[in-house]
Amino acid sequence: MSNVPADLKYTKSHEWVRSLADGTVEIGITDHAQHALGDLVFVEVPEPGRSVKQDEPCAVVESVKAASDVYAPLAGEITAGNPVLADAPETVNSDPYGAGWLMRVRPAAGAVAAAELMSAADYQKVVAAEGG
Amino acid sequence: MPSREKVIFEYSRAGRGASDQWPQDVGGAPLADLPSKLRRAKAPALPEVGELEAVRHFTRLSQLNFSIDTHFYPLGSCTMKYNPKACNQYAMLPQFLARHPLAPESHGQGFLACMYELQEMLKEVTGMQGVALSPMAGAHGEFAGVAMIRAYHRARGDLKRNEIIVPDAAHGTNPATATMCGCVVREVPVNSSGDVDLEALKAAVGPNTAGIMLTNPSTLGVFERGIEEVARVVHEAGGLLYYDGANLNAILGKVRPGDMGFDVMHMNLHKTFSTPHGGGGPGAGAVGVAARLVPFLPIPIVAKEGERYRWLTESDMPQSIGRLSAFMGNAGVLLRAYIYMRLLGRDGMRAVGEYATLNANYLLKRLQAAGFEAAYATRRASHEFIVTLRRQARELNVTAMDFAKRLLDLGFHAPTTYFPLIVPECLLIEPTETESKDVLDAFVAAMSQIQKEAQQEPERVRSAPHTMPVRRLDDVRAARHLDLTWTPTTQH
Amino acid sequence: MAFIPHTEADVAAMLEAIGARGIEDLFAEIPSSLRVSSLPGVPEALNEMQIGRLMSERAAQDGTPLSFLGAGAYEHHIPAAVWAITTRGEFYSAYTPYQAEASQGTLQMIYEFQTMIARLTGMEVANASMYDGASATAEATLMAVRANRKSKSARILVPTTLHPHYRRVAVAMASNQGLRFEELPYCTVEGVTLPASLAKYDGEDVTALVIQQPNFFGRLEDVDALTDWAHARNILVIAVVNPTSLALLKPPGEWGSRGADIAVGEGQPLGVPLSSGGPYFGFMTTRMEYVRQMPGRIVGRTLDVAGAEGFTLTLQAREQHIRRAKATSNICTNQGLLMTAATIYLSLMGPKGLERTAAASHARSRELVGALTRTPGVRLAFSGPCFHEAVLLLDRPVAPVLKALAARGILGGLDLAPYYPELGPALLVCATETKTAADIERYRASLTEAMQAVRAA
Repeated sequence: MSNVPADLKYTKSHEWVRSLADGTVEIGITDHAQHALGDLVFVEVPEPGRSVKQDEPCAVVESVKAASDVYAPLAGEITAGNPVLADAPETVNSDPYGAGWLMRVRPAAGAVAAAELMSAADYQKVVAAEGG
Repeated sequence: MPSREKVIFEYSRAGRGASDQWPQDVGGAPLADLPSKLRRAKAPALPEVGELEAVRHFTRLSQLNFSIDTHFYPLGSCTMKYNPKACNQYAMLPQFLARHPLAPESHGQGFLACMYELQEMLKEVTGMQGVALSPMAGAHGEFAGVAMIRAYHRARGDLKRNEIIVPDAAHGTNPATATMCGCVVREVPVNSSGDVDLEALKAAVGPNTAGIMLTNPSTLGVFERGIEEVARVVHEAGGLLYYDGANLNAILGKVRPGDMGFDVMHMNLHKTFSTPHGGGGPGAGAVGVAARLVPFLPIPIVAKEGERYRWLTESDMPQSIGRLSAFMGNAGVLLRAYIYMRLLGRDGMRAVGEYATLNANYLLKRLQAAGFEAAYATRRASHEFIVTLRRQARELNVTAMDFAKRLLDLGFHAPTTYFPLIVPECLLIEPTETESKDVLDAFVAAMSQIQKEAQQEPERVRSAPHTMPVRRLDDVRAARHLDLTWTPTTQH
Repeated sequence: MAFIPHTEADVAAMLEAIGARGIEDLFAEIPSSLRVSSLPGVPEALNEMQIGRLMSERAAQDGTPLSFLGAGAYEHHIPAAVWAITTRGEFYSAYTPYQAEASQGTLQMIYEFQTMIARLTGMEVANASMYDGASATAEATLMAVRANRKSKSARILVPTTLHPHYRRVAVAMASNQGLRFEELPYCTVEGVTLPASLAKYDGEDVTALVIQQPNFFGRLEDVDALTDWAHARNILVIAVVNPTSLALLKPPGEWGSRGADIAVGEGQPLGVPLSSGGPYFGFMTTRMEYVRQMPGRIVGRTLDVAGAEGFTLTLQAREQHIRRAKATSNICTNQGLLMTAATIYLSLMGPKGLERTAAASHARSRELVGALTRTPGVRLAFSGPCFHEAVLLLDRPVAPVLKALAARGILGGLDLAPYYPELGPALLVCATETKTAADIERYRASLTEAMQAVRAA
C-alpha cells in the first residue's frame, strides 16, 4: 500500500503538488510512481526561467528498466530544479514527498484552477485501480 | 565455465607488441610534411601485448559466452537458428573480401550476380515487386520503410498524413522508427486473443493516417487472423501497410506478406536467413515493396541489362528516399544470406516455415503438459509462443527473470523475458527449425526441474545463476556509477 | 535439407503430442486464400559442394586487381589471428548480450573496445559501435540537436570536403526530424574548408559544425581554428576522423582549446576487409556530459551480488526497447562482429604497429603522387599537406583513363567528376602500407600507357 499524504494534491500521471508560502508550488512524483520505476539512476530537472504549459513533459526520471517523462501539472514558470538529484537520484526513492522534490513552479494566472488537481482520496482510488 | 578473464590492458607491458604484424619503419623523413601543430603529441594508450597473449586473451573471452554453436538459444523474436559454416567460408573467399566498394562494375560481375539473384529470391519469398539490400539492420530497414511511406504520400501531395498506427504489443523499434521519420505514433490495443482490436483500429484511422506497422505472426506468437480485414480498413482510409519481418521464419514458404496486403516490409536477414548475430551485429535489413513504392526504394540497387549487372543510383531513381549507407550496405552479410538461400532452395524455404512451426507447437504442448501456462492457450503457436509465469510470481515469489537465470545453470540460454510488455512475467520462446526433438525434450525437463526447485527450494532459483562466470549483476550500480572505459586506478 | 534434423519418427511423435494429423494442421488458422503453393522464382536447392563451386567461379570472375582506391574504405594488412578468432562460434553465433551472465565474453570485448576507441580519439566515452561511418555521422547530428541546449535552429554546417556519400546519408536519415544541412564551400586551390567562409554565420543560431580530418581529398583541415570558431559561438563540433590517421594526427579530443564534442568515423581500416563496402562499423565518442544523449549500446563495468567484477549493458533506458517513441534513436544493434575484429586488431598492432601503418601509408602515398605526377598531363590538385590520399588533375577525362588501367588489372582511383565537377578531370588516389615500390612503378608505367591510349583515341 503506497503512501499518499493527505495535505497534497495529485495528478493522474502520478505527480504531487504542494503549495508553498511564497506562492510557488513544489512538484514531485508519488510513492506509487517511484516504486513502479524501481531504483532511479538518473533524474533530469528543468532549468529555472523556463515556461511550461499544463501537461507539458518537463523532467525525466530514469531507472534501469524505464525512463519516464514527468508532466507539468499546471502552467507556469520554473523557479527551481532540485540540485541534489544530479548526484543522488535515489533521494526520489527514499523520500519522494520531501527531499526528493523535482521542481518548483510559479503558477500562471488561473493555472491552479485549470489544473483540476485531485485530492489525496481521489488519487488513492487511482492507485488502487492500478493494483498499487 | 571458466572464471573471469583480466581486461587486456592488465597484460600490457611497455615495449611489448606483435611486431610480426607491423610494416617496416619508414623513419621520420616521409612525415616531415605533416604540420607539427596537427601531429599527435602522445601515442594512444592501446594495449602492448605479444601475439600469443592477445590470442589467449580473446580465445578465453570467447569461452565465457553462450552461443548457438554451443547452447540451445530459444530467444523469442530473434530466430537463433544454426549459422551454416559454408555461408561464412564462401562469403570470405579472398576475392570477395578484397573487392573495394568503389571498384568498377567490370570488376564485380560475379559479386553483382549474387546480389541481383538475392534481390530476386527475396522478392519471390515475400511477394513483393521491388527489393533494396542497403539497409544495414532491421531497425535501419524499418526506417527506410516508414520513410518510403512518407515519401509516397508527399509525392501525391497528401501532406497531412503523418500518423503511424502501432499495436501496443509491438517491438520498441516500431514507435522509435516512426518518430525518427518525423511521424506521430498512435497505439491501438490488441485483444485478449492476440489479434488487433478491429473496432479500435477503425476509430484510429482517418485522413492523417500514413500507415500501420504490423508483424504477422505478431509479437504474441500468433497469426493475425483478421489481417485481410485490417488491410482493407487501412487501405480504404488511404494508409499503407508496413510489415515488420522479424517473424518471417514462421511463414517462410507458406504465406507471403505481399499476398496479405502489405505494401512495404523489412526483412531481418540475420534472423530468417541465418546470417550471424555476431554478439550484436552486423545485421542486414533488406526492404521489399509493392509496385507503387518501387520508385522510392533506397539506392543503390542492382539491375540486370542483358547479361550485365550494374548499380542503379541517384540519377536512375530520382524519387528514391536516398542513400542510407556509405556504400552498398553490409555486402558480406548479403553474400551469406545468398548462400543460405541457395542451399535451401524453393523446397527448403517451405521446410523452414513448417518445421519452425512444428517445433514451436511441440514445445508448447510439452510445456503445457508439464504444468506451464501459455498466454494464448487457445491459439496455435506460430514459430514462437509465450509462457506466463505470473502464477509462480504470485504464489511462490519466483519470477520469469529467476527462471531465466536458473536455465543458464542448466546449460540453456534463457528465452526472451518481459517482452511483449503486455503479458506479465512472460517468456517468449522460439526454438527454430534447426533444433532436434531431443533438445526440445531436454529443455522441457530443465523447466520442470526449475519448477520443482521453485516449489521446494525457491531461494536457489531466486539467487541463480550459480555456475556462470559471474552471479547476477548490479544494474543499478552500473547506471549510477558509470564505469564505461577502463582506467588503471579504477577501484570498486 | 535446410539443416533440419528431424526423422520421420520424430515428426510422428511430435504430431501425436500436439494432437495434429499433419504439419498442415498447424497452419489451419491461416486463411487458405493466403497460402503459397510454390515458389518458382527460387531455384532448386544446391548442396554445399555445388554452392562452393558456384561461389568460387564468381569470385574468380572478379579477380583481385591492384587497387589504389581509398575514398572512405582502405586496404590494410589484417593479421591472420583477427578473423581466426572473430569467426569462432562463441563470438560469431552469440546474440546481443542481454543475459549478461551468459555473455561476459562479448560484454568485456565491448568494454575493451570502448576503452581503446576513447583513447584513440582522445575523448571520454565511446559506444559499442554503429552501422558505419556515414550513419554514425548522421546520428551525431541528431545527437548534437538533442545535446546543444543553447541552440534551437537544428542547423548543421557541413563542409563540401566531407565525403559526398556521408552528406547524402545525413540528409536521408536526419532531415525527416527537421534538421537543416548547409554546405560550406572549399578553396579550390588548397582543397580545404576556409575559416573565412564561416564569417557569414557569425551571430546566427547554428547547432553544430561537422569537420572531417583528413577530409575527403586527403587534405588536412585547420581543425583548431574551426573548433575554436564554433565553440566561441555555442556551436557543437562533430569530428569525422580516420582511425589509422589518429596514430599520427592530433585526436579530436585535443582540437582547439576544448576539443571536439562528438567524434565519429569509419572503423573499417581497423582489421575489417573491404568486402565490397560492408559490413563495416561506425565508432562514436563524446564527452561524459553528453553520454545520455548518445545513441547505441554502451557497456559498463559493475559488481555482481558476490562482489566480483562483471560487465553489463547499461543506460538502456535511452534505447528503443524501453523508451519506444521517445528513444534517442531506433538503433537496436551494434556491429558486434566487426567491433570484435577491431579490438583484436588494435591489440595486435598496439600503438607502435598503428603508427608504423599510418606512417607507411603516408610514405607510400607520397611516393605514389611523386611517381604519377612525373607522367605528362598529370599534376597535383591542391597545395598543402595530405594524409594517405591525394587528388590529381589530368589533362583529359578521367573515366576512359581508368577504364584503360582496369583493362591492365589496375584500379587507379576514384573519378571525382560525379561529385566535384568544378575541379575538371580529377582523380582521387590512395596508397597504403600494402603497396610496394614495384606496385607503384607498375601503376606509373600503366598510367603512361593509358594516357597515351586515350590521347591516341
